Amino acid sequence: MGGGFLALLRGDVQAERAIPKRGFTAQLTTVVAGVLSFLAVFVLALSLSASRIAKDWASDLGGATTVQLPADRADDIESVLQLLRNTPGVTEARALTADEEQALLAPWLGANMPVDLLPVPKLIDVTTDETFDAAAVAGQLAVVGATLNDHDGWREPLAEVASRLRTLGWATVALITLALLGLVTLAARLSLTSNTQTIGVLRLVGATDTYIAHAFMRRLMLRAATGAAIGTVIGFLVMRRIATIDSAPEFNVAMPFDGWQALWLVLIPVLSGGAALLATQFAAHRTLREIP
Amino acid sequence: MIDLKNVAFGYGGALLFSRVDLELAPGSFHFLTGPSGAGKTTLLKLCYGALHATEGQVTAFGMAFDAQSRDATAKARRRIGVVHQECSFLDHLTVAENVALPLTVTGRQDLLGNLEDVLRWVGLARQSGQLPPQLSGGERQRAALARAVISGPEVILADEPTGNVDWEMSVQVLRLLADLNAAGKTVLFATHDLALIRHAKGLVQARVLRLNRGKLQQAGADL
Ligand SMILES: Nc1ncnc2c1ncn2[C@@H]1O[C@H](COP(=O)(O)OP(=O)(O)O)[C@@H](O)[C@H]1O
Ligand SMILES: [Mg+2]
Repeated sequence: MGGGFLALLRGDVQAERAIPKRGFTAQLTTVVAGVLSFLAVFVLALSLSASRIAKDWASDLGGATTVQLPADRADDIESVLQLLRNTPGVTEARALTADEEQALLAPWLGANMPVDLLPVPKLIDVTTDETFDAAAVAGQLAVVGATLNDHDGWREPLAEVASRLRTLGWATVALITLALLGLVTLAARLSLTSNTQTIGVLRLVGATDTYIAHAFMRRLMLRAATGAAIGTVIGFLVMRRIATIDSAPEFNVAMPFDGWQALWLVLIPVLSGGAALLATQFAAHRTLREIP
Repeated sequence: MIDLKNVAFGYGGALLFSRVDLELAPGSFHFLTGPSGAGKTTLLKLCYGALHATEGQVTAFGMAFDAQSRDATAKARRRIGVVHQECSFLDHLTVAENVALPLTVTGRQDLLGNLEDVLRWVGLARQSGQLPPQLSGGERQRAALARAVISGPEVILADEPTGNVDWEMSVQVLRLLADLNAAGKTVLFATHDLALIRHAKGLVQARVLRLNRGKLQQAGADL
């Protein structure tokens, strides 16, 4: 292209004036770009949250295991500890102190409950590495009546779900982009074919295809970008409203678009405009070849 | 300037005309006559590359249209001022903006100083702020002529520029084209108005061509 990308972005206001403004296609482009961006915000939010959750959980995986010894077998705690320390893959095994147990139970029993007097099970914190074979150890522990709480057991599939959600999210963003490209291509075609007389006049006075294409491009780009900006803002506000649970603020940690991620919100309209520009350019040069 | 060599053309079906040879020499003036439907408009479109010859070759300024890129054709067109039979304008732009269009499209804003002169020359200075649909038939023809000449083209192709105007206006348009020819422009003037051609005697030195039954021939003696 002669003018280069910057020239495209700047557009040619003079050229643009040559094309009569017609309402319908224009508004349709703005509205659909808005709707698609609105959806993109949600899908991005889902992806970003899922990413974060998957990462958090995956990094916690391995390492944290708890062994529980029934209150009536409390005397066996030393032999269980011994057993664990001799197990391959265990890097550390440590019985929780009475204070730690009390802290864990406090929410249910109150802070002043003397834990010693209650038949509470003994807890052992076990730190493991990847060679730890949970199933084999669980068998050995069962003999002394102890049970192994392997957090990995339920975390692993959840981390997997989060990672799949993330993949699905990005795939959906790709599909939304494709839909936007399709829409703008159609809008550009429609706009060109409904302006054949204008194009005829421009050709008669020596306009090149590039000039005519530019005349259409800037307007469609601005429309797509405007629609996308509106859709993004509405999407973000609605999402914030949904994701913020006032009664349980601890769940808000999954709130996306914090910090650097907020850049995505700026990128949506910018990328929509860029996509519109490329789609219009493509459609314009093809269509102009078909209009004699 | 523009040469047609052994040109034939048909819109898909039978040939409209064939074995047409025409040379528009620099500074020449040609009238193109012939009954309605003979192909005058078609021949003019071949001359500015809007249509491509079915057979033979059309060259403008030494370059064959069918061997050219689309951009090169667009650029050749800037050296040819066309007065279209239908005189189409961009109806949302003013008359002045429409007349200036060849300059804005090619980025030759430096020539915008000519705009007022050109509008005055065709007698449309007063109407320059109006929109094309508000113009009368004769005013449209003159606006089209102004648009065709504003960028100083070397060749003027005028397709029935007196098609739907009264006699006085026809003579006025003829005079404008004669002025241009006197200034050295090459002119091809398609019209079926024989009275107007007779009237041109003394105004210009011209050759009269007649397109009829698929052949282009010289009609009578030169004016
Ligand atoms: N785009 C077109 N497609 C098919 N036939 C056409 C087209 N334009 C003109 N014609 C036909 O070609 C013939 C010549 O038309 P035209 O060149 O306009 O003649 P003139 O200008 O001498 O009246 C007419 O019969 C017309 O119907
Ligand atoms: Mg005609």
